[in-house]
Amino acid sequence: MAKTHITTSINGEPVEFLCEPNQSLLEVLRNTLGLTGTKEGCGTGDCGACSVTVDGRLVCSCLVLAVEAEGAEIATIEGMAQGETLHPLQRKFLEMAALQCGICTPGVLISARALLEKNPNPTETEVRFGLAGNLCRCTGYDKIVRAVMEAAAEMRETV
Amino acid sequence: MNRFDYIRPGTVAEAVSAAAVPGSAYLAAGTNLLDLMKIGVARPERLVDLNYLPGLDAIEALPDGGVRIGARVRNADLAQDPGFRRRFPAVAEALLSGASGQLRNMATVGGNLLQRTRCPYFQDTASACNRRAPGSGCDARGGENRLHAVLGWSEACIATHPSDFCVPLVALGAVVEIAGPAGPREVPLADFHLLPGATPERESVLAPGELVTALRLPAEAAGFAAHARYVKLRERTSYAFAVVSAAAALRIEDGRIAAARLALGGVAAKPWRAEAAEAALVGAAPDAAAFQQAAEIALAEARPSGDNAFKIELARRIARRALRLAAAGTPERLPALPASPFAPLSGGLHG
Repeated sequence: MAKTHITTSINGEPVEFLCEPNQSLLEVLRNTLGLTGTKEGCGTGDCGACSVTVDGRLVCSCLVLAVEAEGAEIATIEGMAQGETLHPLQRKFLEMAALQCGICTPGVLISARALLEKNPNPTETEVRFGLAGNLCRCTGYDKIVRAVMEAAAEMRETV
Repeated sequence: MNRFDYIRPGTVAEAVSAAAVPGSAYLAAGTNLLDLMKIGVARPERLVDLNYLPGLDAIEALPDGGVRIGARVRNADLAQDPGFRRRFPAVAEALLSGASGQLRNMATVGGNLLQRTRCPYFQDTASACNRRAPGSGCDARGGENRLHAVLGWSEACIATHPSDFCVPLVALGAVVEIAGPAGPREVPLADFHLLPGATPERESVLAPGELVTALRLPAEAAGFAAHARYVKLRERTSYAFAVVSAAAALRIEDGRIAAARLALGGVAAKPWRAEAAEAALVGAAPDAAAFQQAAEIALAEARPSGDNAFKIELARRIARRALRLAAAGTPERLPALPASPFAPLSGGLHG
């Protein structure tokens, strides 16, 4: 089967790759492009570990075919910090110990950023609803929710 | 995932023609196709990608007061469209009660209609399932079946349709627009899904190669906007399929019910409209006695298909609750956790 040539943008950088029709975007990000920050959990759209944004829209990259990336703007966890400067969400997650094993964390951070872009001042219920698609098997979510609320408050002050 | 040919048509006509080849499947968001391909339940030889077709992604107000929703409109975009959610609040509430943010951002209107059942035996290729492998039997009958159908099921299949979205749509008289090799046609949503009977592998009236292009809601559906709710009971407060759900819509004039709509989700292989219950409500006062009677009528034919007799009483209660909440009035703002009986609502809507 002929591979397809895809031209796309990842974290603001132009990227080209070759893929098979049955490869997911997640597979190409991790195995072809070496962007292993995005994780594979379930592979069937349930757990959110593979969350990225495609043209600003939060999606599960395990359920996006890599061929669909043609012409798209993709954002992954690797683009979240600006050089050595962590995103406020990343910093609060560290300060407030909102992670244990870390497998769900990149997806949670991408998801939380997408939530705060739409709703900079969410209630706790709204944070829990917004992050419902990101499963964590370690922390029980309370620390994650608190860190997102704290980061949101800090981001509102600095705007 | 199995290997497949990938085709990217530029028009609906090209798509229909490409999908006429046996072994083809349409790909929209893929949220309920790629997952099934990964576990070997679906094995299409050709995927016809709809994501580049023009003209299927609009929410269009119709001159007669109805609305046409293109098949590629994403669930999140429809739920957040201010005009749509104001006129059809129960539909928006149902959309927001389904899946997760990621999946609502991806999933399309057309794909939602064509969701496959979440019966675990359907999803497990080592189990017998007449829906997946006709004639192989039904392991759900003697298996884990507490969430299975209580209406319209057959000896061959007791699976349920998982959609939230379809429940208020069927209550409100939605119509499905279809393109196909034999030309365009339209089918009321109430007639779109098929009950299993002896052929559970036939899930809808779509013929091979036919494509859902749009959904229409008639103008009269907007007449229920002031009293329309979707209530969903699930095993956790968000991100779970309905155990049972109900969409209720009322038009109340001079303290009496002038028109009523009621449909149930999670109870059958299709979204279940309860027309006899609707008829019984017309002319009644919107009170507990009328809602109780309507709920009894709606479930009159129900019978357990396994360890799920509890779902019949649960469905009655959810139907009553949906009617009571609808009568109390559509909230100004959808609850942050929409459609859950456990959602922290203010204003006494818990009833």
